[in-house]
Amino acid sequence: MIVARRETWVARGLLIALMAVTIVPFVSLFTTALHESGTYPDGISWPSDPHWENFLDAFRVAHMGELLWSSTLIVLGVVPVSLLIGTMAGFAIGHLRMWGSRLLFLLFVLGLTLPFEGIITPLYYQMRDFGLLNTRWAIILPLIGLFMPFAVFWMRAHFVNMPDELSEAARMDGANTWQLFWRIHVPLALPAISSLAILLFLWTWNQFLLAIVLVDDPAKRTMAGALGAFQGQWGTDMPLLCAGSLLILTPTLILFVVFQRRFVAALLQGSLKG
Amino acid sequence: MAGSVRDAIVDLTEARPEASARRRARSARRSAGLRTPAWVGWLFVAPALLVYLVFVLRPLVATFEYSLYRWNGIGPSTWVGLDNYREVFTDPELLKTITNAFELIVFFSVIPVLLGLAIASVIRRIATSRLALVGRTVLFLPQVIPLVAAGIAWSWMLADDGFVNQVLRWVGLDGAARAWLGDFSTALPAVGAIGAWVLLGLVTLLLLSGMSKIDPVLYEAARMDGAGPLREFFHVTLPSLRQEIGVCVTVTVIAALASFDIVYVSTQGGPGNATMVPGLEIYYQAFSERRIGVASALAVVLMVLVLAFVLPIQWLTRRGER
Repeated sequence: MIVARRETWVARGLLIALMAVTIVPFVSLFTTALHESGTYPDGISWPSDPHWENFLDAFRVAHMGELLWSSTLIVLGVVPVSLLIGTMAGFAIGHLRMWGSRLLFLLFVLGLTLPFEGIITPLYYQMRDFGLLNTRWAIILPLIGLFMPFAVFWMRAHFVNMPDELSEAARMDGANTWQLFWRIHVPLALPAISSLAILLFLWTWNQFLLAIVLVDDPAKRTMAGALGAFQGQWGTDMPLLCAGSLLILTPTLILFVVFQRRFVAALLQGSLKG
Repeated sequence: MAGSVRDAIVDLTEARPEASARRRARSARRSAGLRTPAWVGWLFVAPALLVYLVFVLRPLVATFEYSLYRWNGIGPSTWVGLDNYREVFTDPELLKTITNAFELIVFFSVIPVLLGLAIASVIRRIATSRLALVGRTVLFLPQVIPLVAAGIAWSWMLADDGFVNQVLRWVGLDGAARAWLGDFSTALPAVGAIGAWVLLGLVTLLLLSGMSKIDPVLYEAARMDGAGPLREFFHVTLPSLRQEIGVCVTVTVIAALASFDIVYVSTQGGPGNATMVPGLEIYYQAFSERRIGVASALAVVLMVLVLAFVLPIQWLTRRGER
């Protein structure tokens, strides 16, 4: 009994230590952001007169309003389309299982471990030939393609476990394949689809490589891409850079806190089913 | 890249032996009700397949093609056969990016997985407490923010006046304090530490969820036999976690080999070439040096390396499950 209690305390201590290590960089960003712009404060120190206006300044010089809008446009371009066509493909491969579906599945799985750097060079020239460089399409279209392996994989894993009897019953009632998909299977797949939506949103919002290679104008990039440019421009002004970084990571942080249950579940879902 | 989460989920959903058995049984008794013409199925896949072909597979093939030419991106290109690959494997600068990536595996993969195992097996006892619930949210934070932001935060933590040195000075280790990312001998481990910070929480949580599936009877039995925490770990916990460990290693190794964002913002490959990694070198070769062929050859090598690591890990951790 005493042993067990001691172990519990050790466990608590360890978890708290780990949480502290995770949080310290955020604390450091925050306290530094409150120091006078242009100074070099210590790593973590509370300023005698907090300069809250740094956040406003950073908001202005980083053109945060524009950036939010740009990232939103990119997310709106990527996520709904990816969800729709990924779900359709997952439905066909996992549930209809027509001739050739195994081969198709293999083709998509092939892309699962592909590092984006592997295709970034030809992608640049392809986008140039399409005349899309420096437009948001240059980020949106390749991202949809790059998300397909995961989206198809994820949705297939859902549809594979849907009983055939369900579709058979719908067929008896005279539903065609599209009605079967849209009226019966999509509503039932909503939990899987919404988890996928959260993940795709994050990966789009945080996409860096495509943004810096394919779009020169930071105002047309994703949030993460714009942060890269912001660092290049204000990298020497520590408090301002810290304030800007915090602003840029706030939207995803808010979303995470709101949807955290969904989010954590999305990630651990698979393992629990395993 | 946030891809680490992606791969984790992939692996965990894939590994479902009983599902595949059920699937086989079901397709055997496939009835008339589902009989959809194959072309309808292909129509459903068509849009996804199209974007995938145009924006992933086509550039993928082009990478192989470019790697056989010398080209500056504008003028005419010259066929050079395998010369670009020869350069990747003989030019010490390019070769260093690959050895750097291997070294990063130690920090991105080995350390988080070992540490994660130790931490998870200790906090397993309180996995259902309220503290653990809060912990789950907190430990996920590094997965939610852009890697670029993590890079900026840590560049500041590791700077001359940063928090790390502040702590070292507090405890009287003034001599150890330095600009960690600017020092030739510490830059790569410092970048590695950033990666370890990003991945440790995820790995710990994945392992913890794996441990929660282990039958508690096994632990009771081990206790009855008088096993201490250590023997319990090696005889009960570790063998049951083969699959989760496989997932964690896969995810973290890919993150190490394909690292880009963190290095780009924290060191840009410097000082000198000390932290140059393949992803960043591809970027520089292609878009600053304008050596498309060399960049593409390195890209091919990188993709092959990823597969060379991932496939055996998958094979090892999945064997005997189906």
